[in-house]
Amino acid sequence: MNLTHVDGENKGEVLLFALSTCGWCKKVKDFLMNNNVEFDFIYVDLTSGDERNETVKEVQKYNEKISFPTLVINGETVLIGFKENEMKEALNL
Amino acid sequence: MGILYDDFKAEAEKSGYFVNGDVEFVEFLLENLKTNEERYGYASCPCRLSTGIKEADKDLICPCDYRDMDLNDYGSCYCALYVSKDVHEGRKEIESIPDRRFDELEKEKTIEEDNKTRPDSALIGDLKYPVYRCKVCGYLCARENPPDVCPICKADSERFERFL
Repeated sequence: MNLTHVDGENKGEVLLFALSTCGWCKKVKDFLMNNNVEFDFIYVDLTSGDERNETVKEVQKYNEKISFPTLVINGETVLIGFKENEMKEALNL
Repeated sequence: MGILYDDFKAEAEKSGYFVNGDVEFVEFLLENLKTNEERYGYASCPCRLSTGIKEADKDLICPCDYRDMDLNDYGSCYCALYVSKDVHEGRKEIESIPDRRFDELEKEKTIEEDNKTRPDSALIGDLKYPVYRCKVCGYLCARENPPDVCPICKADSERFERFL
């Protein structure tokens, strides 16, 4: 799985599964960047073949319905969709 | 900026639908619908993962099969491209909503399984014409074949299913 790293303040392990074309995904990504949060992300729509299968399986672990955006914090807190207040709380912002 | 938005809005309103008032957000989605059309050959939903196989993604071609249900239940479609009248008139806020596709596909599978074991009723055998249903807006018509374009929501004929 080819993750893209975004530098910022360490708020734990923050991983975003997104689509490059999705408006709510963009909102989550912009929110993290505007709040200077360090995170990794992957645009699942830009993957193919084995990487696509591997990534989809990974998303499914956290979100059975495989929808986007799926944000995983420290491997346990899963936020599906653009949930500003819940993100603030989970990331202590 | 705005031309893409204005054209899209005018087209939607002709069919009785409302578009999100956030011009920048909508234009981002419209550009990405175009990206998907170039990528896959059909304008698949920009907020859901497409396979690139048209038959598997047919329910996701914008407007998707779930738009009207989401407009009723949440006031916007999954992408928040289309909004309800309440949202349009400022009585309701737009928010990120759950994706109902997974559950709807499961439901559809169950119904198909049930139908396999159920014989066609006598009534259906007596129908003079088959009835087709537009999966986008629910429009029903009784004729030999579905229309090329849905007269209500402008969806293509391939979005019709045999209903009766």
